[in-house]
Amino acid sequence: MTTTTPFQPGSALFDRRPLTFDPTLKRNRLNRLLTSIAALFAAIAVLPLFLVILYVLVQGGRLMSLSLFTQLPPPPGLEGGGIGNAVLGTIIVTLVASAISIPIGVGGGVYLTEYSNRGWFSQFISVGNDILAGVPSIISGVFVYGVIVSTRVFFGQSYSAAAGGIALAVLMLPTVIKTTDEGLKLVPQELRWGAYGVGASKFVTVMRITLPAAFTPIATGVVLAIARAAGETAPLIFTALFSPFWPEGVFNPIATMSVLIFNFAIMPYEAQNELAWAASFVLVMMILAANLLARWISSFSRT
Amino acid sequence: MTTDSSPPQLNADAFTLRRRPPSEKLVDTGFRQLSLALASVVAVVLLGIFLVVFTGAREAIATFGLSFITTSAWDPVNESYGAFVAIYGTLVTSLLSLLIAVPLGVGTAILITEDVLPKLVRDATGLMVELLAAIPSVVLGLWAIFVMEPTIRPALDLLHSLLGWTPLFNTIPKGPGMAPAILILVVMILPIITAISRDALNQVPEELRQGAYGVGTTRWGAIFSVILPAAVSAITGGVMLALGRAMGETMAVTMIIGNSNNFSTSLLAPGNTIASMLANQFGEADGIQVSALMYAALILMVLTLVVNIFAKWIVRRLSLRY
Repeated sequence: MTTTTPFQPGSALFDRRPLTFDPTLKRNRLNRLLTSIAALFAAIAVLPLFLVILYVLVQGGRLMSLSLFTQLPPPPGLEGGGIGNAVLGTIIVTLVASAISIPIGVGGGVYLTEYSNRGWFSQFISVGNDILAGVPSIISGVFVYGVIVSTRVFFGQSYSAAAGGIALAVLMLPTVIKTTDEGLKLVPQELRWGAYGVGASKFVTVMRITLPAAFTPIATGVVLAIARAAGETAPLIFTALFSPFWPEGVFNPIATMSVLIFNFAIMPYEAQNELAWAASFVLVMMILAANLLARWISSFSRT
Repeated sequence: MTTDSSPPQLNADAFTLRRRPPSEKLVDTGFRQLSLALASVVAVVLLGIFLVVFTGAREAIATFGLSFITTSAWDPVNESYGAFVAIYGTLVTSLLSLLIAVPLGVGTAILITEDVLPKLVRDATGLMVELLAAIPSVVLGLWAIFVMEPTIRPALDLLHSLLGWTPLFNTIPKGPGMAPAILILVVMILPIITAISRDALNQVPEELRQGAYGVGTTRWGAIFSVILPAAVSAITGGVMLALGRAMGETMAVTMIIGNSNNFSTSLLAPGNTIASMLANQFGEADGIQVSALMYAALILMVLTLVVNIFAKWIVRRLSLRY
């Protein structure tokens, strides 16, 4: 404050500008330009979804028929046939994966939230879980190949639906543990105290109070994990392999829709390529339905 | 309670001290041990993966040593293997796809979090990007083979005729190649980048935004100088996670990259990645080829591990205290 001259409106220091919005100003033009670029980027980002869904609907949808689900794929060079064995195979392999990963994942999540003292061991499990989530899916196939397929531990069988299911379970496990852990953390501590207060044991508290209270987030995560596993191909190529026949139990090679798409897409035969589109249609519909189911489940938590 | 002269007679038998039966204690400790065992499965699987891949790779490590990384021979007849082409392809496809996907993903996230458009449109965009993440990569690969690659072929031809003198575009596009693989990788990692950027931008405190507007900046002035710097750690972490995903991505890339082990600097030529090499050859390999593939798998694991750990470190290191 060197001078005491009062503020002069209209002086050079404060040039007078209108307070109304002036769209021709440089900053406002730049603003509009950048907003348009962002909108353009967003449009480019959602464009592939539209195109993929469109082609899957058109190319796969027109092949929909009952025989698609009741017949076997044709030998190379022949027309017709269906993907019945692959639909059934995907369901079987995903069920095996869920049966393994959900109990282990929920149990592990319960340990992390309810029992661990957040010491080094649970830190180690949490970090290990994050690392496992980042392991490329093909590596889990290599792992199961090394442990189960090449050693033939299942009754001398090498490639089998069970091996494929285990490979998928390795991929599902981190997601299930993470969602269980996060879901249980959201349960108010007062609920647990209330249960202990009326004399419940820790086991009863977890089974009757905490887990039911966290059902919504856990179920959402589990459904998403199943949807992701159902579409996975890489871990199945050399664990579950492929089979042109109907599934013969879980200890034999099995056809799945994802491996069928991979095998048939690169075949030079029209009929096989069409079946690949049909399988894509069925797979995408199943996965989108699972995603919508997960959204529906998670909508309950806001009540 | 002074009027009540006679307090109700307590029946002593009604208040016996209940001791927990041994069976209940057994169930309790048993459940604790069970959950501990189930949590340990994660550690066992993780160590098992490293152990299996490492022991499988030992033979190749002993035979080829570190020159495996720098040589590009992949010759099952003479049993001479080098993974340079695959490592190069893995790094080039993932880094270039990241270069395209980051502006697209962050731009989309900004559009979703800023109130430029009606909320309904923004929510719909967010939902669609999430659904894109749900599409299996093998379906994207099928789409890439039959729809995307033929569609972009004229553009690639144009690139070749205009920029054919640079080493990046000096081969004629003949179908599968690195460029389509990069584009399909963009489609695959866009949802990850968008989702993480959106969460990061949503977590920037509203006060920062209001403060920026209060001193008279425009929307994009606020975005560039206040909101993006505040969210940069989480966004970078998300970008690194996407990089890890891009390096390990198998199916879509395998179907469209051409699986050639001949080294070429051109992005229009067929190439290979570690993951696609594994997908193509692992089932039919035997002898030292299996070991060489395990060695490549080990390199891929180390790469993704380093990237993922780096992502965690960046999030911790760069986070602003506001």
